Amino acid sequence: MNTDRDDFIIAIRSAFLQKGAQQTFSLLVLMLFSLILLILGSFNFKGIDYIKIGVKEVVYRSSFIVSVPENFFKKTYVVTNDHFIFYNEYKKIKSELEVLKSKNLIKKFIILENYRLKSIIDDYLIISDEIIAKILIDKQSPFSRSIIVNKGTKHNIKLGMTVLEGQYLVGKVIEVNFLTSRVLLLSDLNSKIPVSIEPQGIQSILSGTGKDDAIIQYFKKNNIIEDDAVVYTSGSGGIFKAGIPIGKIKNLNEEKRVSLFSDFTQLSFVKILSYEKARIKAAAEAKLKAEKKAKIKAEEARIKAEEAIKVEKARIKAEEAIKVEKARIKAEEAIKAEKARIKAEEDIRLKTEEEKIFKELNLKYGSKCRKKIFNKLYKVGTPEYRACVLNKGIKIN
Amino acid sequence: MTGISKQSLIKIILSNAPIILLFISVLNEFDLNYLDSKYFSFNFVYILIFYCSLKKNINLGYGLIFLAGIINDVVTNIPIGLSSLGYLLICVSAAYLRTITLRPSLLKDWIYFLFTILAVNSFIYTLSTLIFSLSIEYFDLLINIFFTFLLYLIFYYLFETYEKKIIGISNV
Repeated sequence: MNTDRDDFIIAIRSAFLQKGAQQTFSLLVLMLFSLILLILGSFNFKGIDYIKIGVKEVVYRSSFIVSVPENFFKKTYVVTNDHFIFYNEYKKIKSELEVLKSKNLIKKFIILENYRLKSIIDDYLIISDEIIAKILIDKQSPFSRSIIVNKGTKHNIKLGMTVLEGQYLVGKVIEVNFLTSRVLLLSDLNSKIPVSIEPQGIQSILSGTGKDDAIIQYFKKNNIIEDDAVVYTSGSGGIFKAGIPIGKIKNLNEEKRVSLFSDFTQLSFVKILSYEKARIKAAAEAKLKAEKKAKIKAEEARIKAEEAIKVEKARIKAEEAIKVEKARIKAEEAIKAEKARIKAEEDIRLKTEEEKIFKELNLKYGSKCRKKIFNKLYKVGTPEYRACVLNKGIKIN
Repeated sequence: MTGISKQSLIKIILSNAPIILLFISVLNEFDLNYLDSKYFSFNFVYILIFYCSLKKNINLGYGLIFLAGIINDVVTNIPIGLSSLGYLLICVSAAYLRTITLRPSLLKDWIYFLFTILAVNSFIYTLSTLIFSLSIEYFDLLINIFFTFLLYLIFYYLFETYEKKIIGISNV
């Protein structure tokens, strides 16, 4: 029993105190140090705070550096994940697009069919010109719901024009000035618009309430209007085009309130449209004509552009040729100048040599050529004298 | 140039890999001890310290373990000295096991490791709650201990492979 206890104590002592070959500190010392740190820390000793602050300064920076690879992998993972999400979304959108494309084809067919049928019954199509206007004043009073826009007669605004926000009806122009106009909103008490409630196709009148919505007036009590039924302009009276969305039926009690699609408190820009009636055939012809004209114009523009490109290319080519020619001439001139320089140098060299020879010969044969009283030789400095000297005193005939 | 050649640099890095791993574990933002999952976390540093203290071939150095503990305390914002004490207690336990063991066995080491981490965590839990009034989720701590205990086996084989391949070569 005693031996076992001794062994245990020896092992514990060894574990605590033996530093081992490569250990600088013994475990006991370090544990004591940790305990001291803990005890001091529990008493909020200031020195511990300073140590903590110092270690924090180093550790946070080191932690940032050490975390770089991990952050890189994290980022890569996020990017990869995003890629897969986008890919899945792309596939979803693609399939949705296919569905929409097919729906669009059906819509096109219906429109064409509508045109055809209208042409059979000799009905008219409505064509509109758009003017974008900015809201200048939208101060609402309890009596009047209207806005002032920055377009007037100068911009071809006329009384009764339709005002839209996007595709939704906002109201109509009731006052036109030179640079501004007043638009009566649908919510105004005086606004009365013939509408059609779909899908039942009930015809009625939409009247403003003086607040932010409108109500349906004048409809038969046996007409059952479904919840969320959409209200469109009916086109009756010829003020508005048929089928402009207005709002949804909000509640189905005695008062049929309409929640308008357009929020009149948030208006900043509106579209002002003028509708002109045109026979469908005429309109189609005009459209075809305009299309042809546009096509011809486009073709002309294309040809013109091509010609301009050709001309430009030719010009560039000519310029390049001129440049090359100039460079050639310059090079030739440079060669000529070089040749002339060499020739001049050669002449100078020959002259210098001749002069040297002349001087040497002059000493020797000068007397044989020089003019004196008794001979008829040459005067010093004359070309004849020079020739004579160079000829070693032999007289030139 | 008297610079260290590329091969010897790799050799130095590999032979000091446990120390590097220890400091990366305590410095890294990604702490295995505080994973997002409620039902999975483990203390890699405990495994590393216990294994290295148990083996004679790998030497982490008590001073460095103490320093790692201090860093861990700063990073995790717990009273300074608490992790150091825990790490050093693991060292004591491992050193004791090493001294009394004649024939090492993985199973014994493993069971002993469980007792060690239970004791150390209990000690730290007691200190944190009683002295420093830190609230530690008891359930999370148990989950942590459980997975640390389980994963010891996997890391044991990994470290043993490292020991054979790297330290073995390094000592030649």
